[in-house]
Amino acid sequence: MISLGLIGLLLVGAPLAWAGERLGPSWPQRLSLVVLGLASAWLLLGWLAAAADDGVVETVALTWIPRFGIGVILVLDGLSLVMVALTLALGAVAVVSSWTEVGERHGFFQFNLLLTLAGVAGVFMAQDLFLFFVFWEVMLVPMYLLIAIWGHEARAYAAMKFFLFTQISGLLLLVAIVALVLSHQAATGVLTFDYRLLVTGAGSLPAWVMVGFLAAFLTKLPSVPVHSWLPDAHTQAPTAGSVILAGIMLKTGAYGLIRFVVPLFPDASEALRQPLMVLGAVSVVYGGYLAFAQDDFKRLVAYSSISHMGFVLLGVFAWNQLAVQGAVVQMVAHGFSTAALFMMAGALQERLHTRELSQMGGLWQRAPRMGAVALFFVVASLGMPGLGNFVGEFMVLLGAFQVDVGPTIIAALGLIVAAAYALLLMQRSFQGAAPSGAPELRDFGARELAVMILLMAALITLGVYPQPLLDVSGPVVDGLRALTGAAR
Amino acid sequence: MSVGLLWLIPMLPLLGFLALAATEGRLGERAVAVIGAGSVGLAALLAVPVTVGFFELPADTGFSQTLWVWLDVAGFRPAFTLYLDGLSLVMLWVITGVGFLIHLYATGYMSGDPGYSRFFAYMNLFVFAMLMLVLGNDLLVLYLGWEGVGLCSYLLIGFFQQDPANGYAARKAFVVTRIGDTAMALGLFLLFRELGTLEIQPLLGAATAAWPEGSATLTLAALLLLGGAVGKSAQLPLQTWLPDAMAGPTPVSALIHAATMVTAGVYLIARLHDLYLLAPVAQTAVALTGLATLFIAAFAALVQTDVKRILAYSTMSQIGYMFFALGVGAWSAAVFHLMTHAFFKALLFLSAGSLILALHHEQEVTRMGGLWRRLPWPFAGMLVGSAALAALPFTSGYFSKDAILLTAFDAPGGFWLWSVALLAALVTALYSVRLLVLVFFGQPRWQQSGREPRDRGGIAMRLPLAALSLLAIGGGWFGLSPVAAVLPDGGVGHGHGGWVMWATSATPLLGVLLGLLLFQRWGAVVARLGTSGGTRAVRRFWLSGWGFDWLYRQLIERPFVALARINRNDVVDRVFAALAGGALGVNGLLSATQTGRLRWYLANMAGGLALVLLIVLGVL
Repeated sequence: MISLGLIGLLLVGAPLAWAGERLGPSWPQRLSLVVLGLASAWLLLGWLAAAADDGVVETVALTWIPRFGIGVILVLDGLSLVMVALTLALGAVAVVSSWTEVGERHGFFQFNLLLTLAGVAGVFMAQDLFLFFVFWEVMLVPMYLLIAIWGHEARAYAAMKFFLFTQISGLLLLVAIVALVLSHQAATGVLTFDYRLLVTGAGSLPAWVMVGFLAAFLTKLPSVPVHSWLPDAHTQAPTAGSVILAGIMLKTGAYGLIRFVVPLFPDASEALRQPLMVLGAVSVVYGGYLAFAQDDFKRLVAYSSISHMGFVLLGVFAWNQLAVQGAVVQMVAHGFSTAALFMMAGALQERLHTRELSQMGGLWQRAPRMGAVALFFVVASLGMPGLGNFVGEFMVLLGAFQVDVGPTIIAALGLIVAAAYALLLMQRSFQGAAPSGAPELRDFGARELAVMILLMAALITLGVYPQPLLDVSGPVVDGLRALTGAAR
Repeated sequence: MSVGLLWLIPMLPLLGFLALAATEGRLGERAVAVIGAGSVGLAALLAVPVTVGFFELPADTGFSQTLWVWLDVAGFRPAFTLYLDGLSLVMLWVITGVGFLIHLYATGYMSGDPGYSRFFAYMNLFVFAMLMLVLGNDLLVLYLGWEGVGLCSYLLIGFFQQDPANGYAARKAFVVTRIGDTAMALGLFLLFRELGTLEIQPLLGAATAAWPEGSATLTLAALLLLGGAVGKSAQLPLQTWLPDAMAGPTPVSALIHAATMVTAGVYLIARLHDLYLLAPVAQTAVALTGLATLFIAAFAALVQTDVKRILAYSTMSQIGYMFFALGVGAWSAAVFHLMTHAFFKALLFLSAGSLILALHHEQEVTRMGGLWRRLPWPFAGMLVGSAALAALPFTSGYFSKDAILLTAFDAPGGFWLWSVALLAALVTALYSVRLLVLVFFGQPRWQQSGREPRDRGGIAMRLPLAALSLLAIGGGWFGLSPVAAVLPDGGVGHGHGGWVMWATSATPLLGVLLGLLLFQRWGAVVARLGTSGGTRAVRRFWLSGWGFDWLYRQLIERPFVALARINRNDVVDRVFAALAGGALGVNGLLSATQTGRLRWYLANMAGGLALVLLIVLGVL
């Protein structure tokens, strides 16, 4: 009951946090934190209590609409566990980052935040494709509202763009799911949305169905050329929204590729392996190159996400253990580092009322603590060994090189581009000379610093000792690879 | 087992860094100095029992100490293992010993700077990373140190943040070396794919077993690793960052851009010498890279007017000698020269630092002159350092450089290699003399500033100068017995004898005489040559470092930035915008039909009905 309890907690907590508005101005966010703390404790205790061999912690299978073979199937295994834990952790980070930023209707804000998290958590656990699709849609609407209501100056445009991209690709996903289920029924006579059954008959599925899945997941990831919703959405969203979007939501696309696309369509994945790996490599370089050209702190970070997620795409379709495990590490590390950079952008905007790099410069003198923190995450972002992002990227490249040299070389060039944009960001914001007569800048206080220190500790741990994480996700990755007939 | 204390040596500077970072600059200068220099000093002290313990081990064995396994996936199992053998022992001493002297010097040099604590934090982090680089027994740990020193180099070049030019120099250093690092990473991927491990000792064994001499795959891997080495060690074609790196505080130039980090490439190739022995093409590439660099950089050093840039090009040139040595098989001599160079170049930089400080941050040698009596400490340091740099007999540089040149003579095509390197040695003596003459002799040209030169060094700055002077003179007598067990040539050779030996030893002396003539006696004539006609163009060409910066700016940097600017709004997004625009356009067309006029609607209805009828009837 870990999974049901978890989602239930978030769903019940959402209206509670909204109602908390009546208690006082900071109550919604406090209640949100409590809900997330409870959910985390629940997850941790459940995980510790369960003896997880072969990586599966818990399976919940209830009937829902038996007539169509639809059930409530929630599986919490190592991979899901990692992703759900990341969701809760970054959810808490998002709550803290919205503490002072959100002015009006804070209760409703927290309501949407928790609802989004519930949807994301469901996506990471659902193994009934219908249920999966429901959660996929659940996370969309509240996120749309977060952008559209609390976003920055061009929020209406960004929210609409986000909605259209996600909705159209989601529609294709739905069509593909139905086609998949029907063709499975035609082959076996069993009508079911149960992924665990569908995946065993995977070989017989028509390959074109994969396109629907790919469309949804590549858009979410996002990969070039369907990436262009991201910079607008991330830039315009409030800080908490950006943290959730970049930190967690993008990972649902990556997760979908690992969990569904390759296991359901092993042959088609093999056939499309090279173009998809090239797409990942191109995303790495092109995303980084676009980041290099930006003048908006937040937009630059947003484009860097495209670059970092390109490594995930490259790793997933290389599909050997090193590369896929590297993709998992990359997802987690990118979640932490990007969340921190978006918080930094939010903190700067709160203080300076601008995100324009041309309006910054010399901030280190005015707020040295922020400068040092920014430096840390910028350095993490460019892949410094000893920090989590490096482990992810290096493992992906090392694994991908064994499969296909060409895309790996292209992606490796991304390391150079990353250095260029990351250090330029640092230069234009914190280094250089402060304009004369610049007013005092409030440096990080205890609350902000505490969150940042936690994120730093997480990245350092991932960077020098990622093995515990790898041990949790490892059996699942092996199992999925075994499904596709890939040798260890 | 006192050698078991090894892990503490990198740990101490790391702790120093953490302490300084955690206190966020709230400590006073004295406390920062104690932590910053003390941590490195303690590490150097610890090197004593570790060395004693190391020599108690059975001969020809390395000592390895596993701290923990980094990760373990699909047979990829890098571990944080420290490995100590003769080669890493020499590096350990250079890093902690010379490193401590430079830290000590910096406690005085940086005094009064508002970023005092930040400076020592970066410096300590650097020492930690450099130690991981040389002690790591896995190429991935080496790579961690490799990137780490690059980061600290970036941070310290751009230490004086307020000036954007420093930031540019710092980013240039990082990005240019990262180009090399990426080549190196690809080399690691290739080695791992072929051999299944990145652990250095097993990897070298597996490479020897797996590949015949001259194997194409191995050659490719060795060349990719060379790419990393040329980036870090500022060799052609990735050398352009080093002169600009002089934007950092002078102790940084001494530690990072002379004594330690820039020699990392030399260490890498020496460490992986088995690969290069099996790949003669790659080894030849190492030799030619070094030869080209030492030659080009020597001439560039000859015309610079910034004292630090003179030393920077000189460093580039001397590392060229080390690469050259590796390439011609003088393995031990390369490491020997690395060590002696660390002594005399650190001395030169620190002396230059005292000089610059005494002249109120003046770095142009054209605005110095006649200073030897006023600034005896910097003068003595520079004199000793230059003598060793020029390889005057019985200085430390003499032993190491002669070993390189004499071994090169016996290599295939040796006469020509030797001749080019010897010509550059002559130029080395020339620019050393030029530096001394312009700074310390002749007419004083510093009066325009209106401020008296004042030697501001305390004991903290003079002690390192004295110690390094002793090492620069006597360091050649150390010999290099520890590396003999590691490197294939079994220690520093004496190479060719006879007239070759005499010519090699006499050339620096000749260079000094020629230099005195050119810059002391005919100084005015030479100066006039530099401002007129064809010789002026040559001078400018050399001054610009042979035009590489210009070339790269035109070919790479400008197009890269311009294209980025053009595509700032992402051409792909334009496609989606066009889709949206198209939808709006159709919407506009359709809504234009909604006029609200009954006649228009009726006409349309009738027309539509007629059209449908015609289609149904099969007329259309």
